[in-house]
Amino acid sequence: MYTGRQVNRETSKHGNKASLYTCVRVYLSTLSLWLLPLTFLALAFFFPLSKILAFTLSPSTLTLENLRNTQHVVLFTFYQATLSTLLTLLLGIPSAILFSRFDFRGKSLLRALTAVPFLLPTVVVAASFNSLFGTHGLLSTFYSFLFPLSSFTLHPSPFILILIAHLFYNTTIVIRIVGAALSNLNPKLEQAARSLGADSLRVWLNVTLPLLRPSILAASLLVFLFDFTSFGVILLLGNSQLSTLETEIYFQAVRQFNLPLAALLSIIQLLCTLAVSILYSKYAIRSTQYASRSTPSRRPKTLKQKLFTTSLIFLLSTFFILPLASLPFRSLTRLEADRGQRSEVQYGFTTDYYKELFINRRGSVFYVPPFQAILNSLTYASATVILSILLGFPAAFALAHPTRLEKILDPLIMLPLGSSAVMLGLGFIITYGKWLASPWLVPFAHTLIALPFVIRALQPAIASIPNRLRQAASTLGASPLEVWKNIDLPILRRATLAAATFAFTISLGEFGATLLISRPEYPTIPVAIERFLSQPGGLNYGQAMAMATILMALTTASILLIEKFRLPNASEF
Amino acid sequence: MLEVKNIFKTYGDNPLLKNISFTVAEGETVCLLGASGSGKSTLLRMIAGLESPDSGFIFFDGLDLASTPPHLRDFGLVFQDYALFPHLNVNDNVAFGLKMRRMGRDEISERVASSLELVNLKGFGGRSVNDLSGGEQQRVALARALAIRPRLLMFDEPLGALDRTLREGLLNELRTILQKTNIPAIYVTHDQEEAFAIADRVLILHGGAIIREGTPADVWANPMSAYVAEFLGLGSVIEGKERGKTKDGMWKVESEFGEFVVGCEHKHSKGEKVHLLVRPFVEESNRWSSSPARAERSDSEDEASRDVSRPEGNNRNTIRGVTSDVVFQQDKFKVTLDNGLYVYLKDAPKVGKKIAVGVKVECLG
Repeated sequence: MYTGRQVNRETSKHGNKASLYTCVRVYLSTLSLWLLPLTFLALAFFFPLSKILAFTLSPSTLTLENLRNTQHVVLFTFYQATLSTLLTLLLGIPSAILFSRFDFRGKSLLRALTAVPFLLPTVVVAASFNSLFGTHGLLSTFYSFLFPLSSFTLHPSPFILILIAHLFYNTTIVIRIVGAALSNLNPKLEQAARSLGADSLRVWLNVTLPLLRPSILAASLLVFLFDFTSFGVILLLGNSQLSTLETEIYFQAVRQFNLPLAALLSIIQLLCTLAVSILYSKYAIRSTQYASRSTPSRRPKTLKQKLFTTSLIFLLSTFFILPLASLPFRSLTRLEADRGQRSEVQYGFTTDYYKELFINRRGSVFYVPPFQAILNSLTYASATVILSILLGFPAAFALAHPTRLEKILDPLIMLPLGSSAVMLGLGFIITYGKWLASPWLVPFAHTLIALPFVIRALQPAIASIPNRLRQAASTLGASPLEVWKNIDLPILRRATLAAATFAFTISLGEFGATLLISRPEYPTIPVAIERFLSQPGGLNYGQAMAMATILMALTTASILLIEKFRLPNASEF
Repeated sequence: MLEVKNIFKTYGDNPLLKNISFTVAEGETVCLLGASGSGKSTLLRMIAGLESPDSGFIFFDGLDLASTPPHLRDFGLVFQDYALFPHLNVNDNVAFGLKMRRMGRDEISERVASSLELVNLKGFGGRSVNDLSGGEQQRVALARALAIRPRLLMFDEPLGALDRTLREGLLNELRTILQKTNIPAIYVTHDQEEAFAIADRVLILHGGAIIREGTPADVWANPMSAYVAEFLGLGSVIEGKERGKTKDGMWKVESEFGEFVVGCEHKHSKGEKVHLLVRPFVEESNRWSSSPARAERSDSEDEASRDVSRPEGNNRNTIRGVTSDVVFQQDKFKVTLDNGLYVYLKDAPKVGKKIAVGVKVECLG
């Protein structure tokens, strides 16, 4: 007993030293994991953000006149976002009921279809709406073809167009969030209300709706957030007449060179989105609290149900197919006079818009053949993939085994996700203005936007590898390097591919930041589409459609790839 | 072969292992038996090199293993939940350790085949490990550990996730394989039946120390402490007070269940508190006697006991009580009395009947 105790005392001294040593070693190894990602974030996000703040807080910026100038923009931003959100709820809630309560043929296809716009780049959605409803769009051209003398035009005002585009974009959010809450509702609650004498309307108003309120609120706030920060749709469909905070930042920074005012606008924007995000996360937690057994969906039975489902299915499929189909259709159709053919209009099928992309015309909007934009986009996207994977892997590794450090750093690394792309672009202009001539700023901005997605795609896969697999391998004779090569890497391959495709897709479609920082001679696909659309003439318009179609095809291919690689049960928002 | 010496390990402020020492000889299967949280798995992981002790030594063939990383120890470890590599098929799982040893392809496939044959999984090589049943996965894990021809095999609750019948079958196979290969083995479990079935020697871990060590038969016959007797489920453990010696040198012990006469080699003093083990297996042919009609009328203990046919010789002890539960268990009945004691009997009395049974009572010190 005596010797035992003596040994024990010795050990505890020795033990403390050993555990301190391992503590420091573990701490250092996690810190080294964080070194690259944090340096990148500091340089690409926090430093520019502090620059913007410094700009905003200077007395020459915070003038009464400046504040008055922003007032109109702020009001309009809230106005359009609120209207868009209400419209989205109006379509989204019935659709959520349709998907969660009823079975019908082609249900999963229709559900996937409603989600497609959300995954497409904004420029593609804007171009699609332009191809359908715009002044050169299919609807108005057919109308004036049928009634050439009518003074009435059939294209909605830019404001209506923006609202519809937002509706098109965000309905899927309401369907997902409210639909999930609906199908998780305990069916016994509604049945109990029934048995207590409530008719179906009263059941809906007194039981179902109150139970759904947190999820409807959460969905509304998320939709509002997207509408509030929407950039491409407003810029491309608003005809420069309508301006929200986001587009105004762009106008002030790029067209007026009024960087202080742009900075002020972006800080206002940041505060608004921050407030909405905090509210959203509060309700997002609550929206899941009533979750229980799922209510089974069934085929519509009564006449009323059949009427509801059939009309809604028809409405949804028309609304979601028409713009997406009209874009490629319009890119292959000549509807107006070409250059130098003012009198004679040749209607019909054409591949000219695609062929034209390879030609560098004098006096065109580019210094390079438009096709170069596609090559640029692919180069940027590849660089973004490499950068974001290099930075994302260490961060995801550290986050997969969280300590106190990681709990602090986790929200920090997700912060760029909550800030608008235009603001990130503005930060780059203010901070790294002297390097704007270099095309290499763009992949860094894209990496900043893609990094949170890459980390979120990698982290669950890394966390899902049980430590005992590595231990089993090491007892079987695998050295640490061989463990990494034979266990971690093969299991992570799918997740890495998914993350890489994410980064690739995000880079391809990124518009807001790219528009601010890309050089005129290095356009990307979305920037090229914007430039084509802002120029007059049928050829420019047609090329915009062709470019947008190519981008749509590339993005769709990427989405299908991600779906193939994605882990089952990975969260959606 | 393996020698574990003075191992200490503390987690936070809680000492988990306190001065653990034991050895494993060539071809011997040693079983570490203990309740969950007793540190037995940690001990195993230290031997494997996956954790390090605060102090103490682990020798193999006289060599200190402290600076040998796990992948160079040549020890096979079979995990409770198998830890099969989900991205590899059965063959590649079993071949993993051989590939790490840079063996030739022919030798690998030969060894994989023989390992799979040893665990009765011939022809399973191409299957995905995710499609296998629990028992089959366990066999693959065993084949994987066997394939590297380890110097020592370790099992961490290997049958814990399997159902009872499967467990018994696998246990028998495992014993055969261990005998056939003659690899020294350490087997960690909390299940005493499993431990007794497979071990040459049993180590019982409690409170961070090995409190009993011996062959299964020895441990079963002489638990030597209340904890061991209770943990192994050897019978009812009761408290009593020494009441002096009988003429033939036995101790009289008084307890709330009556007075018992026990022979033991401990040194006791009068009035000392002791623990007794009431073995549930009835001596002789499991006879019990009920109180006759006369006794029911007077309801006196003395009268009831007068009719009990006391077994002869060493076993002079009788427990009494009203039966509160009778459970059929294959070849016997487990009969629980209203005072909490239980015995196994060949034929069962009815519930609510007052009985007296002759039992064997041992002193635990």
